[in-house]
Amino acid sequence: MKLKILTVTGALALTLLAAPVEAKTFRYAFQGDLNALDPYTLNESFTLGALGNVYEGLTKRDKDLKIIPGLAERWEIVDPLRWRFYLRKGVKFHGGEDFTADDVVFSTERMRSPGSQMKSRAPLDMKAVKVDDYTVDFVLTSPNPILHAEWDTWYMMSKKWAEANGATQAQMSTATSLNPFALKANGTGPFIIASHEPGVKTTFRPNPNWWGKPEHNLTEVTFQTIKSDATRVAALLSGEIDMMDPVPVQDIDRLKSSPNVDVLIGPEIRTIFLNMDSMRDELLYSNVKGKNPFKDARVRKAFYQAIDIDAIHTKVMRGMSVNSALLISPLLFARAGEFKRHPYDVAAAKKLMAEAGYPNGFEVVMDCPNDRYVNDEAICQAVAQMLARIEVKVKLNAQPKAKYFQKVLATSKYDSSFSLLGWTPGSLDSWNVLANIIGCRDADGKGAAFNLGGYCNPKIDELAKKILVEADTKKRDDMITEAFRICHDEAGIIPLHQQSLIWGVSKKVKMVQRADNQILFYWVQMQ
Amino acid sequence: MLAFAIRRLFEAAIVMITVALLAFVLFRFVGDPVNQMVGQDTSLEDRERLREELGLNDPVALQFGRFLANAARFDFGISYQVKQPVTHIIAERFPATLELAAAAALFAVLLGIPMGVYTGIHRDSWLSKIFLTVSLVGISLPTFLIGILLIYVFAVRLGMLPSFGRGEVVQVGFWRTGLLTASGLKALIMPAVTLGLFQMTLVTRLVRSEMLEVLRTDYIKFARARGLTARAINFGHALKNTLVPVITVIGLQIGAIIAFAIITETVFQWPGMGLMFIQAVHNADIPVMAAYLMLVAFLFVLINFVVDLVYVWVDPRIRIFGRAA
Repeated sequence: MKLKILTVTGALALTLLAAPVEAKTFRYAFQGDLNALDPYTLNESFTLGALGNVYEGLTKRDKDLKIIPGLAERWEIVDPLRWRFYLRKGVKFHGGEDFTADDVVFSTERMRSPGSQMKSRAPLDMKAVKVDDYTVDFVLTSPNPILHAEWDTWYMMSKKWAEANGATQAQMSTATSLNPFALKANGTGPFIIASHEPGVKTTFRPNPNWWGKPEHNLTEVTFQTIKSDATRVAALLSGEIDMMDPVPVQDIDRLKSSPNVDVLIGPEIRTIFLNMDSMRDELLYSNVKGKNPFKDARVRKAFYQAIDIDAIHTKVMRGMSVNSALLISPLLFARAGEFKRHPYDVAAAKKLMAEAGYPNGFEVVMDCPNDRYVNDEAICQAVAQMLARIEVKVKLNAQPKAKYFQKVLATSKYDSSFSLLGWTPGSLDSWNVLANIIGCRDADGKGAAFNLGGYCNPKIDELAKKILVEADTKKRDDMITEAFRICHDEAGIIPLHQQSLIWGVSKKVKMVQRADNQILFYWVQMQ
Repeated sequence: MLAFAIRRLFEAAIVMITVALLAFVLFRFVGDPVNQMVGQDTSLEDRERLREELGLNDPVALQFGRFLANAARFDFGISYQVKQPVTHIIAERFPATLELAAAAALFAVLLGIPMGVYTGIHRDSWLSKIFLTVSLVGISLPTFLIGILLIYVFAVRLGMLPSFGRGEVVQVGFWRTGLLTASGLKALIMPAVTLGLFQMTLVTRLVRSEMLEVLRTDYIKFARARGLTARAINFGHALKNTLVPVITVIGLQIGAIIAFAIITETVFQWPGMGLMFIQAVHNADIPVMAAYLMLVAFLFVLINFVVDLVYVWVDPRIRIFGRAA
């Protein structure tokens, strides 16, 4: 009898031990979609984030956006013009090819092919030189202390695979025939793409041969696009998906009060700001003739101080923003705390307008997108109303992003007098902001191409040139602080805030929300 | 009959060319596709080069001529956003929209006609009044509201039906159908109801008013006098003669359903042509928009043609008068 009981219990125990691992599928949805899988085709944060689970770069960024080793174990600056990267050994691509220095050299060339949008990841004249199978030198023509800042999204591709699949050139935007390789992915990362229907559904499976130690417990990941905000929220509430991005601000309370769902809120590194045309001699869209009021720093400062940023924070963004005194997130610039916004003071603003010669204000047209940034049109409407208090009559021209950017960028020669823009520095470093937003430019956009207002102070450009090559962090930060100080004192551009990231997640999911809004499921734990 | 067909074909060609011309003129004003295609950091030289390659700097007449020549060969170019041939994308999405439209039309007809007949025959019963009130709701609520309401009740609260997507699809030849799987059929219910509710109301009211009129005519009185059963009279004779305006409306509505399922597809994330079109508008994806507009114009022309043919078949009276033409 005892023997029988023992055998039965033993058999039961064995079956329990042999029970299969419970399938953990992580389903997430985003408002945009995933199209070409070629990592060099589209320089867009959602696509790069999704591909960041499948491909890897020489470096990576950790949960706090600090640079950590990726496919390179370590690197050293042999001399200011030569960086040496020591590659990880034993790494294989999903197709089985080994990862070696040849792949790094090949990726450098491919990154510069005509269809690639990742050309700015490294200086155009940087050369990749193979030292041995697992060492690569990058040779520069001028020092660049943040050379590798954007390399966490510059993904390494396999030379052998590319040659076998006709993928040696990046997928071009104007291809007359469909390139099949653009629908396949062959990276070194912790996940493999099991199936991909562009714009509909993409499935990922863990890579059993990944070189690292998995920090997730998933067996499958599914991504689907859900454009409609309401439908996305409903799908999360009904349990059909486990995570979604973004959550419209008006649905946050609804999600918080649901028993199965939680809201992850964190700072994003995108800064929203206002540009004023201080380049033209006469504004295109204003009733002031013969001179340009925005050329006067007092007018700009008056505009700045007429804006009640706290009201925008509470009423328009419903608390989902961080007021900013700088054009870069404090997460990316250590000394941002030294800057304080010019205080909200309507009386002082009126005085400045009177001093500048506009006691009765003037009229101006404001251009604004209405589907690009969080509550962009609402922010512009609030600003327009606030400016009315200093007698400035703002006519608001809000448009969808396809039309808006056509108007305000170099394509139409910056056809605007007053506009709103958002910017995330791709290198997560201040120099990017100085070079693209604050620096001088000409009427065609040579220079700081995204400086919509054309604000120009040559001192800032000089500092920027030095910052680019300065290796000492303290000296560099000092110069950056000085450059930002100049722009701040003259109110060259009016910063508003950094948006907040709002993700909806099921309570069964534990995940990391990185400020650059990349959805990396290799850090996801599911119950 | 042949002269009729040829004349119709000629008119169709004129409609298509007019639509193409109007579409083309409009596309000058939809925004900059290049900015939608490239990342934030792309240099001006690269953007300019892209513009050249896409032929966006050529004069309008040249672009239009090129478009017409290609369209004649069914080559609508490559989508700026998705980077696949437009005909391929449309072929992929067409089955989804067609299934949805067919299901919606079926729902509208299968529910609408009986309701219309009932309310026509029993004018004052309380059931009739209920039907008419429900149909009023169907007309007055906007599509997206109905859709979201259904999602809220059936997906979020009751968890019975999926809130988005098409479910599992099966490839039958070149057609991907959701009708052969349980999840596909479940996913079809709410979108079909949402899309078909408006048409159902139209059909009900139309059938009702037509029935009321036909039931008073002489030939119905004679049929009753002859002793035919109520069923034979109502459905065999009266209903058939009410069908002409009903078919006209349904025909036009089917065209509208197919073309403008945009809102329903957006709410339910239904991977059809409507969703594709709205994404194309957002991204200033001109090849897709142009091809879609041409397809819609063609559909309307075709449906009108078929509706005219069906008249002759259904209503015996028309044949008599139409002979003279």
